[in-house]
Amino acid sequence: MIFSEQWLREWVNPNLSAEMLAEQLTMAGLEVDAVTPVAGSFEGVVVAEIVSAEQHPDADKLRVCTVNAGEETVQIVCGAPNARVGLKAPLARLGAVLPGNFKIKKAKLRGLESQGMLCAAAELTLSEESDGLLELASDAPVGQDLRDYLALNDVTLELGLTPNRADCLGIAGIARDVAVLNQLMACEPPVEPVQPTIDTTFPVEVKASAQCPRYLGRVIENVDLTATTPLFMAERLRRSGLRTIDPVVDVTNYVMLELGQPLHAFDFNELSGGIVVRESMPNESMTLLDGSEIQLTEGTLVIADHQRPLALAGIMGGVNSGVTSATRAIFLESAFFTPTLIAGRARGYGLHTDASHRYERGVDWQLQRRAIERATELLLEVTGGSAGAITEIVSNEHLPGQSTLVLRAERIERVLGLAMPEDEVTRILQGLGFDVTYDGSSSWSCIAPSWRFDMSQEVDLIEELARVHGYNRLPSSHIEAKLQVTPVSESQRSLRTLRQGLVSRGFQEAITFSFVAPEQQAVFWPETNAIKVKNPISSEMSEMRLGLLAGLAGAVAHNVKRQNSRVRLFETGSRFTPGQPYAEQAMLAMAMSGTKATENWANDNSRSDFFDMKGEIEQMLSPTGAEVGFSTACHAGLHDGQTANVSVNGTVIGFLGTVHPLAAQQLDIPPHTVFAELDLNAVRQGRIPSYEDISRFPETRRDIAVVVARSLEVGALLSAVREIAGATLADLKLFDIYTGSGVGEDQKSVAMGLTFRDSSRTLDDEEVSSIVNQVIDFLKEKFNAELRA
Amino acid sequence: MLLPFFMVRTGRRLHTVEIESMESLEAIKSAAIVAVGQASTPQELEQLRVEYLGKKGALTALLKTLGGLSAEERPKAGALINAVKQELSEVLNARKAQLEQAVLQQKLEAEKIDVTLPGRGVDMGGLHPITRTIQRVEDFFTGMGFSVAEGPEIEDDYHNFEALNIPAHHPARAMHDTFYIDDTHVLRTHTSGVQIRTMESREPPLRIICPGRVYRCDSDLTHSPMFHQIEGLLVDERSSFADLKGLLEAFMQAFFERDDLAVRFRPSYFPFTEPSAEVDIQCVKCGGEGCRVCSHTGWLEVLGCGMVNPRVFEMSGIDTERFTGFAFGLGVERLAMLRYGIGDLRLNFDNDLRFLSQFQ
Repeated sequence: MIFSEQWLREWVNPNLSAEMLAEQLTMAGLEVDAVTPVAGSFEGVVVAEIVSAEQHPDADKLRVCTVNAGEETVQIVCGAPNARVGLKAPLARLGAVLPGNFKIKKAKLRGLESQGMLCAAAELTLSEESDGLLELASDAPVGQDLRDYLALNDVTLELGLTPNRADCLGIAGIARDVAVLNQLMACEPPVEPVQPTIDTTFPVEVKASAQCPRYLGRVIENVDLTATTPLFMAERLRRSGLRTIDPVVDVTNYVMLELGQPLHAFDFNELSGGIVVRESMPNESMTLLDGSEIQLTEGTLVIADHQRPLALAGIMGGVNSGVTSATRAIFLESAFFTPTLIAGRARGYGLHTDASHRYERGVDWQLQRRAIERATELLLEVTGGSAGAITEIVSNEHLPGQSTLVLRAERIERVLGLAMPEDEVTRILQGLGFDVTYDGSSSWSCIAPSWRFDMSQEVDLIEELARVHGYNRLPSSHIEAKLQVTPVSESQRSLRTLRQGLVSRGFQEAITFSFVAPEQQAVFWPETNAIKVKNPISSEMSEMRLGLLAGLAGAVAHNVKRQNSRVRLFETGSRFTPGQPYAEQAMLAMAMSGTKATENWANDNSRSDFFDMKGEIEQMLSPTGAEVGFSTACHAGLHDGQTANVSVNGTVIGFLGTVHPLAAQQLDIPPHTVFAELDLNAVRQGRIPSYEDISRFPETRRDIAVVVARSLEVGALLSAVREIAGATLADLKLFDIYTGSGVGEDQKSVAMGLTFRDSSRTLDDEEVSSIVNQVIDFLKEKFNAELRA
Repeated sequence: MLLPFFMVRTGRRLHTVEIESMESLEAIKSAAIVAVGQASTPQELEQLRVEYLGKKGALTALLKTLGGLSAEERPKAGALINAVKQELSEVLNARKAQLEQAVLQQKLEAEKIDVTLPGRGVDMGGLHPITRTIQRVEDFFTGMGFSVAEGPEIEDDYHNFEALNIPAHHPARAMHDTFYIDDTHVLRTHTSGVQIRTMESREPPLRIICPGRVYRCDSDLTHSPMFHQIEGLLVDERSSFADLKGLLEAFMQAFFERDDLAVRFRPSYFPFTEPSAEVDIQCVKCGGEGCRVCSHTGWLEVLGCGMVNPRVFEMSGIDTERFTGFAFGLGVERLAMLRYGIGDLRLNFDNDLRFLSQFQ
């Protein structure tokens, strides 16, 4: 809602500057988004009349005018096509300053002197563009300062209203709030009923009375659509952001802005039979005022006559029954539509109008008669004509009605933390239009005014009290509560600890979108259907992620493209899989690309690979105390020979792998990038340590190296060693893998250190040797392993 | 070269000791002190120790000659020899320490490194500024006895809207720019649904905060289709708007570490709270003078809040006469950007290391 400050001040005029008024409105819940002067700054411009206009002797397009400026008559050379005798227009006199600090001086145009400048609207920043001089009304007082005449020392205030405050979509409602805030009375312009002077009426039938509980209409004949909308009205419309269209539309818009009631005028001669307010029938269509042709969804509330739909009720009129310059008689409509029953309709047709905006939020259901009388009164003044009697169809049972709310003093104090004096409560609520009765001790009975659709509970009244009293004048206090112990499980590690661990090991946390591009996602999950967003921002963000890798790959690509070749990223977040219900699973993903360490003088600058990532995972899972396993696996988007599943106690919790060379190309990332994605909750498992006695007996280490087939997975070899060596094997270290001279072409040497210890005695050499021999024998038998000399 | 020379000399003395023993003692001593002073390695010193003080050394040899002296002279001569022995031993030790010190010093010189070379090791990573901010907010509220709750990001219509008093076609839905998954599921537009789930499953008193990702179908310079919110809820037998004000004022001042930070509450509208408020803080950039960050108003809108609407309680089965409560919703990006001076919202989701590494 945008409105002129001066207009509001006609209703209520608090002793506050425009800025203070804006602040006051904002702090009362009617947020002022902008305060804007209605015209640029200029001075020395007066109302003037062209007394004579002659053709310039030396210029085709210039005219030499004698202009009456009140105190003096001056000669002005002017190029405007509409400079004609009798026209009243703004004159910038010598010495005037126009917007942009443009000073008016005596000038000669093609040899003739011009003692000032006649102005167009755009030159005074009164409109964006104009073609010719601003034409002032014929009764404009010559010589008067234009700023005074047009009341330009005014600002517009733009309210960003919340949906519950439809009552402030008109000056009347805003004035009511301002009056209460300043303890003033708002004075409303009196509306006198217009006595019918003609007998013409038009039948109205309301078939959908739940949606339209009240419908008023009247015929006005002999209207003159060529009349000019009065200056004050045109200016107020302009200041509210509305263009002037024709006197009828302007008046209906004016009353809407003034009182908050949308009105509609039909060309009476285009109507047939009578008005029917009904739901649309199958296969009906119509052309709206904006020229768009719409197919009506069955059940849409329409205003129709006996032949066709005329208007989308409460949204927009149709072009066929619209008012035109040829219109001689109108049928004026003022209706109430039930907000909850028509909400969403306009949006359904892709429309949003001033009328639908108001009707969906709620128009005062007792306002219709006053609004139609007000509009009639103004119309008769502007367009002339004769009004018929008002036809009103009401369905009382469908009107919102007025329920009584009980407000308890105790509750006010409990909700706001403030005991509010009885007289303040009464004053505020009465000022807002409530019918208030105090019971004399501790409660009030309140009937909400018909313009408030947000009053159905006691707390709604309390909010009004808080708002008018001022939120910032309400007390603030410390919360008091009984302290409770929050149980924290030691067998689960906090996400924070986990993240911090990754950070300490050089990983940077990333946050990527939960929706991704289908083609990126398909690199890693080509076979899985993802959940789709029905109305995505773009196709790049149209699928819910099946895992975190696609997003993380994007982040790697982003950085590599910017010369940051060493990237270590992780992200935690949900992945989404289809099903009923939709499944969300918390995941941890990691990406590693570039050198092991940042480029340096001391370490080797070799690239990180699969085993660096594997090491990270091993380290991360070590505190789970579980048996962690890695097994050869396949995963789309990852290298066929460098991918593994990760398991904890035999359950697969995720995977890691080097990116597949083709995927790397597709994702625009380096081919050595290694990814991992793990079930976050599995990773977060911790364990409660359970102490075991430290052995007092010495340990014995034996190193062996065996030659096995190169294709043999060392994991299997190590498992076998553990199995055969048994409980006395305290530790097993793999310390070398060798291929090359001395070892066969298809073979490798695997060197292991076996540490033996017993908790109850010292193991003797023979015992240890015997175990080691058993191990060697077993390896020989199972893997064809040869002990390396 | 010194070694044979002393052997020769001491050898000669051994034959004349009876007559000249005291004289030769002095000579041995002076010769030994000179020799020790000239020794340049610990090995040479050890050699000298053996020569003079060893079992076959010169002084030991002298002691062996004492038998040839009279009973009166013997203890006197013995004491003299022992004194020299003692003195020599000290001189030797002192010289030894000196030489060892020199050797050590030499070794240290040789091991000198350039301490200005960069250190070795792994770079530190860092948390995302959003996470950093969420953790900071969590710390504040968990310290106040709130616990952290979580919920689904694909939310059903009931928990995202209906249970929050936003029925279908309510104009407030238009404020939400919702992403739809199907007819009854949306990407949650706020984390308020978690509150509903908590109220459904737990009995008051409740003190929870719900951080998480939320989604709105809007993308431009100042809107991201995905962002983060922290929603707070307190339900108790006596909780009032005054408590809400006190808590959020304290939080804002604590978060920005500014005791004098002005905080103001403006009436607003959310279907799920009543009374509702938007909270502004004094601009942290200009201190309220007016600047680009605060659009020259001196104020920054940072969160929405209010007393829980009794309708919401009713739908979640909470006794509205017995309990009151309040809820608030913080925009994490907004807080992070104000706190760390981040000018562009989209930086948060580019994951550019030049950006991320600034938040170690």
